[in-house]
Amino acid sequence: MKKVIALLIALLPAFALANTAGVHLEDMKPDLHDQASLQRGAKNFANYCMGCHSLKFARYNRVARDLGIPEKMMEENLIFNGAKIGSLMEIAMRPVDSKKWFGATPPDLTLVARVRGEDWLYTYLKSFYADASRPWGVNNTVFKDVGMPHVLADLQGQQVKGCAPVTVGFDPLTGRDLKEEECDVLYVEKAGALDAKAYDKFVYDTVNYLVYMGEPVAMERQTIGWFVLLFLALMFVPVYYLNREFWRDIH
Amino acid sequence: MSKPKNAFMAWIDHRLPVTSTFEKHMSKYYAPKNLNFWYFFGVFSFLMLANQILSGVWLTMSFNPTQEGAFASVEYIMRDVEWGWLIRYMHSTGASFFFIVVYLHMFRGLMYGSYQKPRELIWIFGMGIYLALMAEAFMGYVLPWGQMSYWGAQVIISLFGAVPVVGDDLVTWIKGDFLISGITLNRFFALHVIALPLVLVALVFLHILALHEVGSNNPDGVDIKKYKDEQGRPLDGIPFHPFYTVHDLVGIVVFLMVFCFVIFFWPEGNGFFLEHANFEEANGLKTPEHIAPVWYFGAYYSVLRAIPDKLMGVIAMAAAIAILFVLPWLDRSPVKSWRYKGLFSKVAILVFAVDFIILTWLGTQPATVLYTWFARIASVIYFAFFIGMPFWTRIEKTKPVPERVTG
Repeated sequence: MKKVIALLIALLPAFALANTAGVHLEDMKPDLHDQASLQRGAKNFANYCMGCHSLKFARYNRVARDLGIPEKMMEENLIFNGAKIGSLMEIAMRPVDSKKWFGATPPDLTLVARVRGEDWLYTYLKSFYADASRPWGVNNTVFKDVGMPHVLADLQGQQVKGCAPVTVGFDPLTGRDLKEEECDVLYVEKAGALDAKAYDKFVYDTVNYLVYMGEPVAMERQTIGWFVLLFLALMFVPVYYLNREFWRDIH
Repeated sequence: MSKPKNAFMAWIDHRLPVTSTFEKHMSKYYAPKNLNFWYFFGVFSFLMLANQILSGVWLTMSFNPTQEGAFASVEYIMRDVEWGWLIRYMHSTGASFFFIVVYLHMFRGLMYGSYQKPRELIWIFGMGIYLALMAEAFMGYVLPWGQMSYWGAQVIISLFGAVPVVGDDLVTWIKGDFLISGITLNRFFALHVIALPLVLVALVFLHILALHEVGSNNPDGVDIKKYKDEQGRPLDGIPFHPFYTVHDLVGIVVFLMVFCFVIFFWPEGNGFFLEHANFEEANGLKTPEHIAPVWYFGAYYSVLRAIPDKLMGVIAMAAAIAILFVLPWLDRSPVKSWRYKGLFSKVAILVFAVDFIILTWLGTQPATVLYTWFARIASVIYFAFFIGMPFWTRIEKTKPVPERVTG
């Protein structure tokens, strides 16, 4: 039995690898404790995404409360359509129109982080590149032939797919990065308003916000979870001794 | 029957058999004193049934069983209903845990021959529960109206189309429409919250009634009623209450720790307890890349996919479930517990268990050429276990069973 289990465990990575197909996704670690990041994410989303993408299962006042944004500030800065603070975060764009304009209605993004995962979102927002054959002039390595234009192009700059020097290692003697020319990589050809690091941070904050959006209760859930487990651990003590007392004479 | 302690209980007992029922099923129900770890899973199953019914009642208060409103109402429960997220996670995690404990409960029966004479009916009622549970889980999974709800239902319901002659009409009849629609959702809701829970509770009642008629088996598979004291109490038996109630309480607290850990820290269970694709609303025009049933149906789904012909696949899948019903008559061994069966039986049970886990896992994965061949081999082993059992259990040499329970 033990051998069988050991064999299965040894085989597991092989099974797991066999299952990961497709594009390499960058690793993104959400941090729901970082309220400043979430607030920036909320701002980014309102400014760049919410023209087309609704968050129709969430409410403004819940976001304000969870992210520590005063309701007044929320109303003045993050609600553009005159909605009430307790409303769902819907948008004015009609699905029939957007379907005509983009070929597909931009999806609601309340739960997108739970569908796609944070790594996918993070990589996706960094993977637009110029492609003249597409209606909006851009394509995406993660989402082939995507219908969405690169709305963050002003920030990131124009990214193209081609040959560029890529850091492949580190030279311990000179302390410099070792670079090699590689093809089929994405690089920024015309700089945007943000440099690469600032753009990564912008995308990180936005994705972090979407992770929060997928399950607003996630933080509170874990806090309560510790108390529940503590309660059960304490309850185990009397229950254990009660059982031992009753079974003392059973042999 | 002992005398009721006070006038109030006497008054009641004259009109309703409270004391005598409690004695028959609890305080004077003698259970073997050597029940081990594996005997916790019966009470855990009962706990999960209670959990599902209670959390289900509260979910029903806020759920909207319509095509337009179902998905949004689940998110409403997750975000706007007080403690709605907890009730929902209790229910979704509870569904997976119900199957985990039921599978372990069934494995216990397999190890110790708990289905053997005179407990055949207990096993059959148990299988009835398992079948009803599968129907209940399937219909419940459709209700949140996510992509996997919709397409999973599409796959499962289309299986009925494999029935010759009436197949297509049968599919339409089940759906109540030509497509899976709000009508399907609504009837599944009715079946999920009323019809099937009633069946489940009735079957659990019969399962326990039949158990208490013949008494519990034990890890040695010996009959504790053979040796009794002067008052007719089994020497190796102890009253279920208080001994096993306090004993089960310890198990329940430990089980709840695992259960609550998942609810509070790991509710998606890596996409096995809550599938990622199901956070996207059902869309009949957009087929997901990879349609997989929830993990607890994986084994049967693997058997189905292992066979290239649809009708034969459906028959094999139905047979994989049906063959479990006749298990009491496939085991011809003179002994119950695997402790006293031959080496072949022991190895066979372990191989079967591993095989079932592999089938389950394969059922959740895309059917690549390699995996399909794995599933075929595993399916053959699955059936070989049942078909071969009458032969090896009759031929193999068993060890002598002790007169009294050990340890």
